Amino acid sequence: MIDSLYIAWKYIIYNKIKTVTLVACVTLISFLPVSLQLLLEESERQLMSRAVSTPLVVGAKGSALDLVMNTLYFDDEVPELITVAASNRVMETDLALPIPVYARFQARGNPIVGTTLDYFDFRDLRIAQGRQLAVLGDCVLGAKVAASLGLKPGDSLVSSPETLFDLAGVYPLKMKVVGVLEKSHTSDDLAVFVDLKTAWVIQGLGHGHEDVTKLRDPTLVLKRTERNVAATAKLYHHTEITEKNIDSFHFHGGLAQYPITAVIALPHDDKSGTILRGRYLSRQETRQIVRPEDVIDGLLQNIFRIKNVLDAVISVVALATILAIILVFALSLRLRQREIQTIFKLGCRRATIARLLTAEIFIIVVMSGVFCGALIFLVNQFSHDLVRMLFIR
Amino acid sequence: MIHIQQLQFQYPTGEFRLSIDEFSITKGSKVAVIGPSGSGKTTLLNLIAGIMTPLKGTVSVGDTQVSGLDDRERRDFRITNIGFVFQDFELLDYLNVLDNVLHPFRITGALSLDGEARARATNLAQEMGIGDKLKRNSNDLSHGEKQRVAICRALLPQPKIILADEATGNLDPDNKGLILDLLFQSVEDHGATLLAVTHDYELLRRFDRVVDFKQSQEGMN
Repeated sequence: MIDSLYIAWKYIIYNKIKTVTLVACVTLISFLPVSLQLLLEESERQLMSRAVSTPLVVGAKGSALDLVMNTLYFDDEVPELITVAASNRVMETDLALPIPVYARFQARGNPIVGTTLDYFDFRDLRIAQGRQLAVLGDCVLGAKVAASLGLKPGDSLVSSPETLFDLAGVYPLKMKVVGVLEKSHTSDDLAVFVDLKTAWVIQGLGHGHEDVTKLRDPTLVLKRTERNVAATAKLYHHTEITEKNIDSFHFHGGLAQYPITAVIALPHDDKSGTILRGRYLSRQETRQIVRPEDVIDGLLQNIFRIKNVLDAVISVVALATILAIILVFALSLRLRQREIQTIFKLGCRRATIARLLTAEIFIIVVMSGVFCGALIFLVNQFSHDLVRMLFIR
Repeated sequence: MIHIQQLQFQYPTGEFRLSIDEFSITKGSKVAVIGPSGSGKTTLLNLIAGIMTPLKGTVSVGDTQVSGLDDRERRDFRITNIGFVFQDFELLDYLNVLDNVLHPFRITGALSLDGEARARATNLAQEMGIGDKLKRNSNDLSHGEKQRVAICRALLPQPKIILADEATGNLDPDNKGLILDLLFQSVEDHGATLLAVTHDYELLRRFDRVVDFKQSQEGMN
């Protein structure tokens, strides 16, 4: 058998293109279903672990999936907004602790998550460097954001405008990086956390400017009465919150009407959770309350249904590939008739030809197995990041 | 050494028929077979080698009646007793010179590929003047060099019979003489019997005996 393997090996390395093509085909057709399974298992693990740890989410009626994906994984798809009143309503029921979340804006491609300090306790997020949010304009970075942007406490980070085409839109806010979180291997690693009020400043709902009562330039004043001064658009708004200008920042109107994307509700117990859910069952209700676990489970059911289709497709492709490989070997046998005749004439038995072919197939399968194993090892090593990159964020 | 008696052979298509009443070659002789194309020279070599089997009659090599062996026995007999030099060398492109020479040892359990066989292959290649080309791919050799490799491959198992089918057919005059010298020398060194099909009438005088297949229809000469 060693001699057959030797001759087969010589043939294989001599016919490099044929070998590479065959090995690539067998490797890919073996690697695809296994890697897909690995990635789906990892995505299921990641999605479910975060969903299970988040008891209830309150948001605007509409797509429960968008609401959960945005609240848990800070997905780009922003659900319809609700107001802080929704959070206050949960608090007033005394059934759960509300944690408002406003995940709408971005800074250099990373989601800015406006929330309260309760969120950090709830997710058990600890500060690795610097300090926690304390002042308007502060931001705390997830571990991966800090690493990828090369930022540390003391640096600054500018929010990205929602759209480049809205010239009258919100000016970017230069935020002060005050802390970096420990790695949590969740979506929190990829987020920029700010206080809710800072998020509203980014939106332009809160702003800082010169004291309009002291304006002397008439082009800055649109209308002045005894009780009110209306400034023109020429009035300069601060784009950075500093110790000097922080006192000039203010919010117009009642904060209860300020926007958020969702409220994470942490019921005191199962009974409280069930009662709270019951409060949102009315048809007139404009908000919905969902169990992320149910929503993600539904999503996974769909993914696995798609996977079943993919498995069927891969099976058909695998069958076609195997048939093609058989055809390649059959054609190769015809092309090698002269060589086979020579070997016969020299005195080898028919079984030897079968042994040589088996040795070739064995080597190709082993090579494909090694490559497939290496690729699966890599996918396994990086499955966590791949899932975040491909399926979550 | 080789004895053929009352031989009748016909291809299944019935296009070709060969009849030999009696034909013998003594041990150690060098015999040339000539004749027009299609007269049955190559068929004769194939019958002696056991690649083909006769319809009737017997083909014996030494004490073995080749025509009476089954397929497996004929293959084992061939690889250990017959050295075949093919007209078109029939070397394997993907093997180097040494691997081509050792190929018969690798494809059968009847021959044992040990250190002695390897040493013999190297010595034989040296004798044939291709000792410095053992690692070269057979595709990179000249016609003359390829034929030497083919002769080395045929001689390495130290066969009793060497069958050469137009072994010098593709070579220039200088190489023809050289290859024949090497073949004769090796045959003499190893005490083998040579049966060579050739169209080269200039070389015939060097053989002990010439069998003319055209005349053989009237009685082998």
